[in-house]
Order: sequence, then C-alpha cells, then structure tokens
Amino acid sequence: MQWAVEQAANHLNFTLSSKKSALGPSMSLDKTDVEKIAHLARLAIDDSDIPHYAQDLTTIFGLVEQLSSVNTDGITPMAHPLDAVQRLRPDHATETDQREQFQAIAPKTEAGVYLVPQVIE
Amino acid sequence: MHTKTLIELSTALHNGDISSVELTQHYLNRINSHNSELNAFITVAEDHALEQARAADSRLQQKTAGRLTGIPLAHKDIFCTEGLRTSCGSKMLDNFIAPYNATVVEKTNAAGMVTLGKTNMDEFAMGSSNETSFYGQVQNPWDKQYVPGGSSGGSAAAVAANLAPIATGTDTGGSIRQPASLCNLTGLKPTYGRISRYGMIAFASSLDQAGPMAHSAEDAALLLNEMAGFDPRDSTSVEQDVPDYSATLNDSIEGLKIGLPKEYFGEGLDPQVAAAVETAIKTYESLGAIIKDITLPNTSLAVPTYYVVAPAECSSNLSRMDGVRFGHRCDDPKDLLDLYQRSRGEGFGEEVKRRIMIGTYALSAGYYDAYYLKAQQCRRLISDDFKQAFNDVDVIMGPTAPTTAFKLGAKTDDPVAMYLADIYTISTNLAGLPGMSIPAGFVKGLPVGLQIIGNYFDEARLLNVAHRYQQATDWHQQSPDNFK
Repeated sequence: MQWAVEQAANHLNFTLSSKKSALGPSMSLDKTDVEKIAHLARLAIDDSDIPHYAQDLTTIFGLVEQLSSVNTDGITPMAHPLDAVQRLRPDHATETDQREQFQAIAPKTEAGVYLVPQVIE
Repeated sequence: MHTKTLIELSTALHNGDISSVELTQHYLNRINSHNSELNAFITVAEDHALEQARAADSRLQQKTAGRLTGIPLAHKDIFCTEGLRTSCGSKMLDNFIAPYNATVVEKTNAAGMVTLGKTNMDEFAMGSSNETSFYGQVQNPWDKQYVPGGSSGGSAAAVAANLAPIATGTDTGGSIRQPASLCNLTGLKPTYGRISRYGMIAFASSLDQAGPMAHSAEDAALLLNEMAGFDPRDSTSVEQDVPDYSATLNDSIEGLKIGLPKEYFGEGLDPQVAAAVETAIKTYESLGAIIKDITLPNTSLAVPTYYVVAPAECSSNLSRMDGVRFGHRCDDPKDLLDLYQRSRGEGFGEEVKRRIMIGTYALSAGYYDAYYLKAQQCRRLISDDFKQAFNDVDVIMGPTAPTTAFKLGAKTDDPVAMYLADIYTISTNLAGLPGMSIPAGFVKGLPVGLQIIGNYFDEARLLNVAHRYQQATDWHQQSPDNFK
C-alpha cells in the first residue's frame, strides 16, 4: 500500500529536471530526464546505456519539433481514422471461466491468484 | 509446385492431383532446407500443419472444401495461435503460448488453410528492417546481405523465397507494404477496421491493420476474402459488407484517374527507384488510365506525427507486459517495483524501450497537449489532404519506399534514418486509408515497389488496378535465383 501511495506521489510530482518547454527549439534530454522517464515507464535501464538513450530521444524529439511550427488552431484532433464512436453491446456475460487455462502461462500462481512480491507489510 | 498461384494449387487439390498433406510436406521440406539461411520463421509448426492438412484432405474428399482449403500459409508471429508460441519477436513473449486464436487465425483455420509456422518480425512490429527481432535478423532472399524490410520481414522473405505460398502481415506505418516492396511481393494494408485486430498483439491501436502478403493481386484477393469482415470482439472493427475481392479483378481500368503527389517524387527519392515507378505509371497510361498531378501538402508532417502517436499508443499497450500474468519475469524480484522494472528491462529490446520512453514522455503530465494532442491535430491535416485529393482522382500512386533494400546494419545506429524508410507509407496509416505495394521492376538486382493508395474501403479497386498491371507485366512472377 505504501508503495502505491509513493508511486502516486512521484507521479504527481513528476517534472523534468531542466524545466523544458515542450517542442522548444533547443530541447535536449539529459541523464536525469531519461532516469525519470524510465521510472515512469517501469523500465530498468543500465546506467551505461543512459547517455545513448538520452542522445536518441533528443534526436527523435528534434524530429518531432517540426510539428510546433504548424498552425493547428481550431483543428479537431483525430483519434479514429473513420471518426467512429465506441459501439455498445448488451451487458451480459459472453465469456466462460478460463482461469486455469490463462493461469497456466503465468510466471507464478497459487490457489487461483497471481503471485507477486509482498506489497502490504 | 511452389511456384504455382493459389488458384492453381486450389484446382490441383480439388481435382485430387495432389493432397494437402503432400503440398504441406513439400513446403515444410523447403522451410527445413532454406530457413537457416534466411531466418524467416521463428516457429515451424510441423505437427500442427500436418494435422490441419489431414483435416483439409478429409474436407476435400467429402466435397465440403472451400477455395482455400488445404492451402498452406504462414502467419506473422504477432497473431495469437492457440497452442503455438506467439513471441511477437520479443524475449518478453519467448515463453508465451497463446490460450486463444486471433480472429484472423480463426478465419484461416475455418477456411481449411494450413498454418506452416510463425514468421519472424521486428520486436512488437517496431522496425523497418526486421533487425530488432529477439530471434535475429532476417535476410532478403534477393541478396542475403540486405534487409527484407520490416516489420513483416519474415513473412516477406518466406513468400519471396517460396517457403510459403502466401502469408499474413500487419502494417502500422508500412510494415506490410515496405517489406513487400523490398522483396518483390504484392502486399495490401486494408482500410483501418476492415480486418479484426482481435488477438493481433497491439502496437499502436489506432493505426494497426492486418493484411495479405502474396505473389500477386489475384492471390492477395483470395486471402483478403477470408481475412476481412466485422468482428464484435474488436471494438474498432467496422460493420460493412465484404465484397468478393476476386470478382472485380478483371474490370477495365480505362479512364481510371491516377493522382501523382508531387511530394512523393521529391528529395530523398532514389532516382533509379523514381525511374522504375515512372515506367510503371506509363504502363498504366497505356492501359487507359489518366494521370493527374496532385499535392498532399502536409506529407512532411507524417513521420514526426507518427513518432508521437505510435509510441504514445505503444507505451500504453505494452504496459500489460509486466511480468505478472504472462511473459518474461525477472529472477528474484525484491519488491513489486523491481519485478516490473527488471522484467520489462530484460524482456524488451532497445528499440521497444526507446519507443516506450518516447511515448511515456509525450503522454506525461504537462506534455499531453504539446505532443499527443498536437500530433492528433496534424493527423487530421494529413487525412484532409487525402480527402481533398480523392475528390479528383480514383487512386494515388507513388513509390512504396524511397530506396530499394539497404544493407544489413546500415541504419541500426541511426533511428531517425530508419524511420524515414517509411516516409511514403506512414500517411495512409494516419489517415486510415488502404494502401498496397506491387512489384514494379528492379534496380541492381533488388526489387522496387509501386504504391497504390485508395479511398476508404476501396480495396476491391486497388486489387483490380494491381491485377490489370500484373496482366501486362511479369515483375511479380520473378523469383530470386536460389529459391526457384
């Protein structure tokens, strides 16, 4: 529980170290930024790989920066190519219980539940 | 036997000239002889294939067989196959035996087709060269020093080398069309929503679409007939009737209006590729088509827009890979955070991690408007360009890729250079339009693809336009010397 609260707090407090303005002309990501992004993404990254990722991400966001000069005032964002809306269906059960089959491929289960390291002391 | 069209194979099966078991065994033998030089398959499903072939033979004997019953195919390893490993080219899913079939697999099974195996691919379909696969790079059958393209590189190499008569692929930014172009195949990415995404491991859900990879438009139409259709299990599947794509292949293209976007013939396009494409356009003129110059002014925004939208969606989709319910789990996690971080850090390769990080950053608090929202607005601009263009033309043509296949390793250190390999294909995914690549000649022994883009749900016309060209040319019938 404590872990979850800490994570939520970290998430809310997340700001990039160097207070970058998104899509600014001189944007570059440093070691601390990569560490924070990797943490948000729950990715363990070797220290020795960080400079390499910082460089790549900086280059890619450099490419993305082209978008900042486009005038998109009043343009409706496009979430679905056909502007379709979510289909609704009657609310009744259609799936059968396949827990055993699904848990057969899980890394660790016991008595029908998935096991992870202890979270609550 | 391995150079026949699907119709020829179907006729031979229905006439009893050959059994599905014999045909399947022939392809399995070819895979056994050649896969080690190409690495096109991650999993060869020998027992499973022969079992399906025996069932197909019973249907053929009982006269309950359909057009494609007994014909082997290869599935990209992104489609869940019950009882067979579905790795998606990743260490993360190296131990993943899907507990159910993707709708596409269910449909090809119901048609009586035989799954030879699962083809190699860029990890989670993120790549344009098949070099990001956990299972190693795939070699291009036309020259083994070159990439086959990606992400459906294994499917492309398998069909080009005649290790399978036809295969499935998926296309998020060009992953069917670009490898089809680099391997001399006919590949079709249908309209978004035309084929169910259920059981197709998600990369970027608003862009992903499955399609056939074949030797010809005629073959591709036959497989698309089986793959397409509404599926209530995919919330983005479109409820629209599926025409018989084979029925209109021979329609006349007299008076067909072809638009050539000037942005697809500018800087960055290899002049010899341009020349091959221009020759193909002349062939269309001689077939009665009318050529019009058009403009898609926001084309240059496609790659940057894509590299926000696709990573953002991938970072969300791949969050399900957490080491808890399936897939890779690290050894001895000290707490839950460690379990998540190390399982994901170990399970994902470099390109996947890079894209998850781009997406995570773009979606993080305070950045959403500047990146994701902005990209969605640019996406609308790109889509509107096509809407405008289709007021005046029936199809749009241009190159599929800016160059022929590049050498293995040539772009692995430069992600942006790799991303630009998809510069002509990405726009259609962003707009949700159908696009196709067909063989249009060779430059120094390597294939060139002609791209044909259609209006929404105009797959039948694309296949018709491709088929008429293939009646007038024989590029699509060329096979690499070592795999004839």
